[in-house]
Amino acid sequence: MAITGTELKALLQSAFVDADIIIEDTQGDNNHYGVHIKSSLFKGKSRLEQHKMVYAALGDLMQDRLHALSLKTSEK
Amino acid sequence: MAQDWLKQIDQDVKQYDVVLYMKGSQEAPMCGFSGFVVQVLKKLGVSFKDVNVLMDSDLRQAVKDYSKWPTLPQLYIKGEFIGGADIVRDMYQSGELQDLLKQKGVGTPS
Repeated sequence: MAITGTELKALLQSAFVDADIIIEDTQGDNNHYGVHIKSSLFKGKSRLEQHKMVYAALGDLMQDRLHALSLKTSEK
Repeated sequence: MAQDWLKQIDQDVKQYDVVLYMKGSQEAPMCGFSGFVVQVLKKLGVSFKDVNVLMDSDLRQAVKDYSKWPTLPQLYIKGEFIGGADIVRDMYQSGELQDLLKQKGVGTPS
């Protein structure tokens, strides 16, 4: 079961309240997404830590609803 | 079963300078992200041990448990978890990856 870009953005926005979030459905199939998140919560964290925060926010989604996710994080 | 894999992974990342847990093999990657990291390593002339997680679902889960990271591929350099395709791409484009390899003394013929 795939997730829509809107659902994905809403989920991430609730975890990263102040963030600028851009979501791209890279294959038009609701299953491969490119995500760019710019948030002050990432300040001072390594790329690994920033990505881990995003994965934590997505929780179980990575297990069954999302096939591929291209992540780009940056500090705001 | 899964316990053996964790031990194996721990051994591999300590034994080999560069280890890539991926889908498929370096000769035949089976996923775009995995293929990308293979290409980057080849471009840099880095020899690495590739492990095809598709051959065993327990191995695949153990790899994610070991690094506490939910996706593949996963790159290790001298026992340190570096990240997945996105992080490798960023570091390669910024030159950080090349610097890291040099700093860790991982041989790349120059």
